Amino acid sequence: MDLVSILAESTRSAFGPIAAIYALAAIGLNLHFGYTGLLNFGQVGFMLVGAYGVGISVELFGLPLLVGFGVGLACAFLLALLLGIPTLRLRADYLAITTIAAAEVLRLVYRAGFAEPLTGGVYGLQNLSDGFRSINPFDPGERYGWGALAYNGNHMWVLVVTWGLVAVMCGLVWMLMHSPWGRVIKGIREDEEAVRSLGKNVFAYKMQILVLGGLVGALAGCMLAVYQASIQPDQFKPQVTFFLWVILLLGGAGRVFGPVLGAMAFWFLMNFTDGVLRGLGSMGLLPFLDGPDYGAIQLAFVGLLLVLLIVFRPQGLIGDRKEMLINVK
Amino acid sequence: MSSDEMGSSAGVEVDRMAGAVPEPGSVKSDPILVADRVRRSFGGLTAVDVRRLEVQRGTITALIGPNGAGKSTLFNLLTGFDRVDQGDWTFQGSKINGKPGHKVARAGMVRTFQLTKALTRMSVLDNMLLGAQDQFGERMAGAFLRSVWGRQERANTVRALELLERFKLIDKREDMAGSLSGGQRKLLEMARALMTDPAMIMLDEPMAGVNPALVQSLLGHITSLRDEGKTVLFVEHDMDVIMGISDWIVVLAQGQVIAEGTPSDIRSNKQVIDAYLGAQDVDEAGSADE
Amino acid sequence: MRTRLATVLLALITAILVIPGPAATADEQGGESLYGQILDPQDRDQGVEGIMITIHSGEDEIAAVETGPDGNWEAELPGPGTYRVVVDQESIPSEFALRESSIVVDGESEVEVAAGDERPLILALEEAGASEDADSTETPSDGADAQDGGADAPADDESIAAPTTSGSFGDRFAQLTASGLLYGLVIAISAIGLSLIFGTTKMINFAHGDMVTFGAMIALLFSTGSAGLGNSLLAIFLGLAGAVLLGAFFDGRIARMPLLIAQWAAIMLGIALATVLGLMGDSVGWQVPLWAAAVIAVAMGAVLGAGMEQYVWRPLRHRNVALIQMFIVSIGVALVLRHVILVLFGAGRSRYAGYQIQDTVSLGPISMPPRDLVVMGVAIVVLVAVACLLQFTRIGKAMRAVSDNRDLAESSGINVDRVTLYVWGLGGGLASLGGVLYGLNQIVEYEMGFRLLLLMFAAVILGGLGTAYGAMVGGLAVGLVAMLSTLWFPTQMMQAWALALMILMLLVRPQGLLGRRERVG
Repeated sequence: MDLVSILAESTRSAFGPIAAIYALAAIGLNLHFGYTGLLNFGQVGFMLVGAYGVGISVELFGLPLLVGFGVGLACAFLLALLLGIPTLRLRADYLAITTIAAAEVLRLVYRAGFAEPLTGGVYGLQNLSDGFRSINPFDPGERYGWGALAYNGNHMWVLVVTWGLVAVMCGLVWMLMHSPWGRVIKGIREDEEAVRSLGKNVFAYKMQILVLGGLVGALAGCMLAVYQASIQPDQFKPQVTFFLWVILLLGGAGRVFGPVLGAMAFWFLMNFTDGVLRGLGSMGLLPFLDGPDYGAIQLAFVGLLLVLLIVFRPQGLIGDRKEMLINVK
Repeated sequence: MSSDEMGSSAGVEVDRMAGAVPEPGSVKSDPILVADRVRRSFGGLTAVDVRRLEVQRGTITALIGPNGAGKSTLFNLLTGFDRVDQGDWTFQGSKINGKPGHKVARAGMVRTFQLTKALTRMSVLDNMLLGAQDQFGERMAGAFLRSVWGRQERANTVRALELLERFKLIDKREDMAGSLSGGQRKLLEMARALMTDPAMIMLDEPMAGVNPALVQSLLGHITSLRDEGKTVLFVEHDMDVIMGISDWIVVLAQGQVIAEGTPSDIRSNKQVIDAYLGAQDVDEAGSADE
Repeated sequence: MRTRLATVLLALITAILVIPGPAATADEQGGESLYGQILDPQDRDQGVEGIMITIHSGEDEIAAVETGPDGNWEAELPGPGTYRVVVDQESIPSEFALRESSIVVDGESEVEVAAGDERPLILALEEAGASEDADSTETPSDGADAQDGGADAPADDESIAAPTTSGSFGDRFAQLTASGLLYGLVIAISAIGLSLIFGTTKMINFAHGDMVTFGAMIALLFSTGSAGLGNSLLAIFLGLAGAVLLGAFFDGRIARMPLLIAQWAAIMLGIALATVLGLMGDSVGWQVPLWAAAVIAVAMGAVLGAGMEQYVWRPLRHRNVALIQMFIVSIGVALVLRHVILVLFGAGRSRYAGYQIQDTVSLGPISMPPRDLVVMGVAIVVLVAVACLLQFTRIGKAMRAVSDNRDLAESSGINVDRVTLYVWGLGGGLASLGGVLYGLNQIVEYEMGFRLLLLMFAAVILGGLGTAYGAMVGGLAVGLVAMLSTLWFPTQMMQAWALALMILMLLVRPQGLLGRRERVG
C-alpha cells in the first residue's frame, strides 16, 4: 500500500471539482440549517432540478448554457415554494419529512420511463459541456498546477469557475449574515416566536432563505452537469444530501467557511479511507469483503461520522464550542 | 380628554380610569384595546370565553385568575399567537383579530413570554436591535446596501444602548444572551419589547422566576412605562405585586371575566375571594418564595 | 483544539504539495477514455453482457471492447480527438435493438473527446421492434417507451410493482383496490411504530425504513438456510436481547452497578458465542420455513428497536441533545444500518423462495395469489391485536398516555423510559413484520425500506403524527391512493401521488385526520 500516493490522491480530491461542487451545495444547506435552523433533508432535490435544467435545455433544445442555468435556477425556485408553502408554518420536522420525500420522488420521476423523452430516463443526458468548454480560456492540452495538484485545462476551467462561485457565495453569505436581515434570520434559528413578537414576518424570512439556499444548491447541480458533461438520475440519491450534512457539520454549521472546509475535509477523508480500504484489500487483509463492499463500508462510515459529530463535536472544525454549549433547547 | 388627566396626576388611580364602573365588561372612557366575544376551545374544553373586555389607555391593567383560568390563552389570542374560534377585537380603533402575531406587533401591541425567549446565541445588543421596526436592512435586497442601512443601524444602536442603560444591562451588551441570569433575561425581554416603540406592552408573568431583589426594580420599570404614556397589560400570580401597582384588575376564572375593578374593589369583591383568593392563598405563600 | 486542527491540516497540505505524487497524475497521462453501461430494458438493474463495441479514429480501428456481466464497458483512447463508436449489431441479443438517439445513428456514434476526458457514452437498448410499434400506439411521441404499454411493463427496480391486469375499467378498479388494500395494510403495520415513537419521544425515526429492510433480510436469511452469518447474528441479538430485557425488568428495582455488569456480560456472551459460531462457519447449517423465519425476524427487529433505544436514544436524551440534533443522528443511524445490511447481505434482489409462483385464487373480479391473501390476513390480525394492546392493556394505555403528554404521564407516575423502551420494541417488531410482508408481495433488496419510508411518512402525516390509529388509517389511504393512481398514471408516479396527498394534507389540516390542532404549532 502506497500511503504517500493515497495521501496525494486524497489531497487532490480535496481541491478537485467535486469538492467545490459539494462545497457550493453545502453553502446552500448552511443557509438553511446553519443560520436559520431549517431541516432540509432534500438538498439533493435542488441539485437535481438544477442539473436537469441545464441538461434538458442544452441537450434537448440546444439552448445556450446560460439559459440552461436560468432554467435550473427557476426550477429550484419553484421547488422551494412548493416545499415551503405547506411546511414553513409548521414545526421543523414537517419540512424535514417533506424535503426528504420530495427529493427522492423527484429522482424517481426523472428516471421513470414516461419521462424518458425529456430526461433520458435511467440513462440521463449527455453532451452538456460544449458551451462551457468553448469559452475555456485555458488550453485543454496543457496542465496547470503543481505536484499532486495539477489539472488539465478543461478541469482547471471547471475548478476556477466552481471555486470562484464558492468564493462569491461565501462573500454573499458573509454580507447577508452581517446585515440586519441576517440578524433576523439568526433570531429565527434561536426562537421564531420571539422574533415574531417583535413584528417580523417569520414565514416570509424562512421562505426567502429556503429559496436562496435552494438556488445555491441548484447552482451546484448546474456545475455538476457542466463538469461531468452528462447526468444520470441515480447520481442524485439521498446519500448526496447526507454527505452535505456531514460536510456542513464537519466544517461547522453557521460559519461562512464551514461548508468549504467541510467539503475539503470530507472528500479528503472519503478518498483516504477508500484508498486505505483498497490497499488493505489488495494486501489480502480484508478476507470477508470484496470490491463493491468498500463503497458500502464507506457509506456506513459516513453515517457513523454524522452521529459522532453531532454528539461529540456539534460545532465542527471551526465552530465555537462555547456558543454551542449555550444552546439549551 | 383622558390624556390630560393622565399627564396631570400620576398615582391617582381614579383619574386614570376616569370613573369606570367596577363590573365585568365595564366600559372605559378611552379604551386602547376592546375585545368582544372572544372564544377559544381545545377539544371540548372552552379555555377562553370573554364577552367584553376593554383596556384603558395609559394604565397598568392586571389580568389575574387561578391556574388554568385561560389567562395565557387569552394573551396568545389577543396578540395573534393562537387562532381564535370566534370573536372580534380592535386595537387603537382598528380591527386586529385574525391578524398574525407579527402584524399585531407592528400595530403597536408587543408582548413578552412567560418562559423568557432570549435569543441565546446572539449578543444582548443584537437582541435589542432585532426589536427596532422598519429597518431597511432587514429586507433581503436592502441587506446588501450597507451604506443605506448603516445610518439607521447607528441610530438604532444609540437607542438600544440607552434602553440597556436604563435596564442596567449596559455592561452585558456584548455578552451572549444565553449567559444572562433569569432575571436579566426578563429585563432584556422587556427592553427588547420597548425597542419596537409600542403603544401597549403585554407582559406574560414578568415576575415569574425572578429573584426577589430584582422584583422591585422590575416593578419600577413597569410603572415608569405607564408614566411615559404606554399602556401595560400583564398577567401575574403574585397578589401583593398586583395590588401595589395596578390601576385596574381583571379577574378571569374558567375562561370568563368574573370581576373588574380597582385594587380596592377587587379586594372587597366576594366573588373573587371565593373563586380565587380563598383557594389561592395557601399556594401563593409557597410560590412567592421561589 | 481549533488551532491544533488547523495546524495539522495545513502541515498535511504543505507536505502533499511538496511531494510530487507519482501515482497522482495517473489519470492525467493516459487520461482519455470512453465508458458506459448497457442495461437490459426489461430490468434496468441488469446489464447486458457480451455486446461488442469498436472505436475508430478516421479509418483505423483503435480499440475493441466487450460489455462485462454488469453491462459496463470502457475503452482507453490514445489522445483527444473525434472518434467513431460502432456497436456490433450482431452481438446484441435478438430480442433487443440499439436505440436511436440524437447522437446514436445506425449503431454508430461520433464523439469528441477533449484532453483528459473520461467521457460517458449512453448506449441504450430497447425491445426489438419497439420503435416501429410506437407509432401505432396512442402516444406516438413516446417513441422508445414501450414499457408504458400495459401488460408487458418491465419490472423497473425502483418502482413498486402494481398488478397489470387487463380487462374492463371496473375489473381493474376492483383488482387495484384489493392490492391497494394489501399495500396499505403493509404500510400501516410498518408505520405504527414510526408514529408511536414520534408520539413518545417527539423524534422522527429516519432509520425506520431500514428497520423494515432488516426484517425482510433476516427472514430471507433464515428461510433460505442460515449458516455462519445467521448463527452469529442470532447470537449477537440474543446477547442484546438479554441486556435489553434485564434493563426493562430490573431498571430502578436493583442497584445500577450490578445491572450494568449483568447487561454487558450478556452482550459479551452474545459476541463470544457469535465468534464461536462464526468460526464454526457453515458446519452448523439449518433452515426453517418462512413463517418461522418471520417470527425470528420480528423478534430480532424488536430487539434491534429496543437496543437502539437503550444504547443510542436514551443516552442522547439524558444528555439533553436537542431534537433537531436527534433527527440528524437518526439519519446517520439509517445510513449505518442500510449499508451494514448491504455489506452483510449484498445488493442482490431476491424473493422468498417457494412463494414466487402461485396459482391465483379468484374472488369475483379479483384474483390474487394465496400468499397475498395470507399477507392481508396476517396484517389484519396484527393490526387488530395492536389496537387491542393499545386500548385494553396497561402497557398499551401507558403508551398512549406518554404519547399524549410525556410530562403529564411522567408526573402521574408512569415510568416513561420503560414505556419508551417497549414502544421501540413494538415499533421494531412491527417494522420487521412489515418488511417480511412487503418482501412477500414485492422484492427483497437493501433499499426497499427507504422507499417504503416515504410512503410511511405520507401515512403518518395523513393520519396525524403521533397517533397509532392515525398511522393505520393513513397507511390504508396512502396504499389505496398509490395503487389506484396507476389506473390513470404510470406506476412510477405512485410515490409522487402519495407525496402530493401528504402536501395537500399539510395545507388543509396539518395535524392529520386523527391529530389534534394544538400539536403542530
